[in-house]
Amino acid sequence: MTATAALTGGFANAPVDAAHAFRAIMTVMARPGEIRSVTQATPPAPLSVAAGTLILTLCDPETGLHLAGACDTPAVREWVAFHTGAPIVAPADAVFAVGSWADLSPVSQFPIGTPEYPDRSASLIVECNALTASGAVLEGPGIRDTAHLSLPETAAFAANHALYPLGLDFFFTAGDQVAALPRSTAVREG
Amino acid sequence: MSLMDDYNFAYLDEQTKRMIRRAILKGLAVPGYQVPFASREMPMPYGWGTGGVQVSAATLTPDDTLKVIDQGADDTTNAVSIRKFFERTAGVATTEETTEASIIQTRHRIPEVDLTEDQVLVYQVPIPEPLRFLEPRETETRKMHSLEEYGLMHVKLYEDISRHGNISTAFAYPVMVNDRYVMDPSPIPKFDNPKMEMAAIQLFGAGREQRIYAVPPWTKVVSLDFEDYPFEASKADHSCELCGSDSSYLDEVILDDAGNRMFVCSDTDYCRSRREAGHQGRLAGETV
Amino acid sequence: MYVAVKGGERAIDNAHAWLAEERRGDLSVAEMSIAQIREQLSLAVNRVMAEGSLYDPDLAALAIKQSRGDLIEAIFLIRAYRTTLPRFGATVPVETGEMRCDRRISATFKEAPGGQVLGPTFDYTHRLLDFKLAAEGEPATAPQSEGRTDPTPHITGFLQGEDLIQTEPRDETEPRDITRQPMSYPADRATRAQALARGDEGFVLSLAYSTQRGYAKNHAFVGELRIGLVDVEMEIPELGFSIDIGEVQLTECETVNQFAGSKTEPPQFTRGYGLVFGQTERKAISMALVDRALRWEELGEDFKGAPAQDEEFVLSHCDNIQATGFLEHIKLPHYVDFQSELELVRKMRREAADNAAAQEAAQ
Ligand SMILES: [Zn+2]
Repeated sequence: MTATAALTGGFANAPVDAAHAFRAIMTVMARPGEIRSVTQATPPAPLSVAAGTLILTLCDPETGLHLAGACDTPAVREWVAFHTGAPIVAPADAVFAVGSWADLSPVSQFPIGTPEYPDRSASLIVECNALTASGAVLEGPGIRDTAHLSLPETAAFAANHALYPLGLDFFFTAGDQVAALPRSTAVREG
Repeated sequence: MSLMDDYNFAYLDEQTKRMIRRAILKGLAVPGYQVPFASREMPMPYGWGTGGVQVSAATLTPDDTLKVIDQGADDTTNAVSIRKFFERTAGVATTEETTEASIIQTRHRIPEVDLTEDQVLVYQVPIPEPLRFLEPRETETRKMHSLEEYGLMHVKLYEDISRHGNISTAFAYPVMVNDRYVMDPSPIPKFDNPKMEMAAIQLFGAGREQRIYAVPPWTKVVSLDFEDYPFEASKADHSCELCGSDSSYLDEVILDDAGNRMFVCSDTDYCRSRREAGHQGRLAGETV
Repeated sequence: MYVAVKGGERAIDNAHAWLAEERRGDLSVAEMSIAQIREQLSLAVNRVMAEGSLYDPDLAALAIKQSRGDLIEAIFLIRAYRTTLPRFGATVPVETGEMRCDRRISATFKEAPGGQVLGPTFDYTHRLLDFKLAAEGEPATAPQSEGRTDPTPHITGFLQGEDLIQTEPRDETEPRDITRQPMSYPADRATRAQALARGDEGFVLSLAYSTQRGYAKNHAFVGELRIGLVDVEMEIPELGFSIDIGEVQLTECETVNQFAGSKTEPPQFTRGYGLVFGQTERKAISMALVDRALRWEELGEDFKGAPAQDEEFVLSHCDNIQATGFLEHIKLPHYVDFQSELELVRKMRREAADNAAAQEAAQ
């Protein structure tokens, strides 16, 4: 990626693009399992459009971002630095992290909050090949009865839920699609 | 400086909105837990909805239709003032019709009609800490929440019963959210508490106290009570004298110097739409 | 038929129009200019800058004019405006030892390098109304002399030389910014200082006074009070050095307080510190006393339950914009809440009457 490539792919109209993207992001966090589309950013490979949009919507100099495995390229670093100013940090200091499930694992390396401040925990953006409303069974706040979501596995998410109210919160991204799984959601094999 | 056009969309700068948005997401992930946020000084006083305004500003898109109510009514002065603020700074459409709104900012009421999946209800919260009147110290209440130590709250409610024969809390009646956090539902009448298990997303903003919290759709919300003193969502034992509704929350209006009263819906849009549909109360059409 | 009160919007517009008319007052009296307020009500301007946390005398003067002289309202206007300003960065800490002092006094030493400079103080004025000011008179002039060119050393520096006063550890960590991060407790001293510096002058004054009257008594000497201009510098990363971006007037107070000490440590004086924008010496002295009272834990003293020692109490109530907003919000309609209580009280009274009737019948 050339120096000018880092300057492209951001929000065309930041206040409005960020507002639309956030509404979709908020909706999926409030309704675990629901899949929405976010198309506002065009990040460098290997980041998906959805992951790039999440980063531009939520990250800034106040939030450490961890780039896991294959996501940690000079092009991604430059793009993140130019558009958000977010410092690139190690997992233990991350407020956000992005990468494939394999590259993010084991997720125990990320902060899960403290009993007095459970919000001081990381949110992970898990890049997936596809997202479908099938597979693992989800139950909890935001879900009327049950929902389904194609999770990369169930054991890790069930273990995360067992830490409640501590724990990690997850976004799953594929292309321009995004879904979420907060720590409050109980997960079992579908 | 006075030209609102010079300000960013929905007034707040992007970095402030991001900070608020992050807090909203954590709030949704841990329902009922109060997330600290660096509340900004807004051009309206603390205590007048700055928390709700900041949450709305971070949530609004230009495609939204906003409704603002105070005490259930759209044209109470502070509701008018907040609605005007967003018309000027965000250019969003506004409405008084509950069913037309995509975001509803409220002070002290939940609308009578069931809200839908596509709606967001933003509450203005004065004191977000349900334990504050029992323990003024943040350092202590934070510990109590972390340990799920809510005995003090039950003792208080029980003392009410032994003194008055009733739980003497009529509004801001505490609830247990998702079996984990005791939460202040903001000063809504306890009549509204059962509505909180709803399809819409509920967001709570307390500006002066710098806290945001949330209740996702269909989250379990239980008003605290005792087996022998079950929670009761009470209201005035009347029906609306304009639209005849016997299930809506009522305001009591003093009509004359002799102190004669009438009861009318607190939710003005609900009352209006019922009358438009032909429902009539005892005093509908009469000159009072 | 009954019509619910409508027209909130028109009522608001009318109220604003009336307010604007009242603000201007009698049209036969000349309108005040911002410059007049800035120059002739400068202590009000200073208070608004200090508690508004924005150093701009013209904006403070405008706020005072707009608020009809209600200083808390003026501070509120400045705070709300401040929120909208972009943040370019933080300055290098100002060096108050380099202050060009207009006023510099010490209550602990009769004479010291730099001298006792009274400056433009009310201290020894007799508080007699000066009716000459009611008429337009000749402009006042004060005798001039050469200013001191050398920096004025801090009085506590002389005590420190002999190790008689505790050395404050140098801390290079960047302090938290209370306008960008939510307050959490316990707060460190830098955080407390920020909250006190923008805290309400009356509140901080009364807390300080309470320590003098025995609520966490810790006798304070004004080691030094200085008012003057300091340079403000900012580091420019692209240049690799810092440049002067202007100057601000500050009031700094260091108190010398009762000594601490133990069997292992020889006694030493301790200090309280106040630093405030503008000529605001009542506030700076108050701040120093409260700062000292809040340091009880760090200095190994007992918590005596005094309000001025109670960090959470002091910091969560010192901000007059938070306080006035919440206090005044009870003017807003609360009839839904009130109605719910009304119903409950009626119900409980009904039950009490029924019980009494049942008892009477049983007898
Ligand atoms: Zn009605």
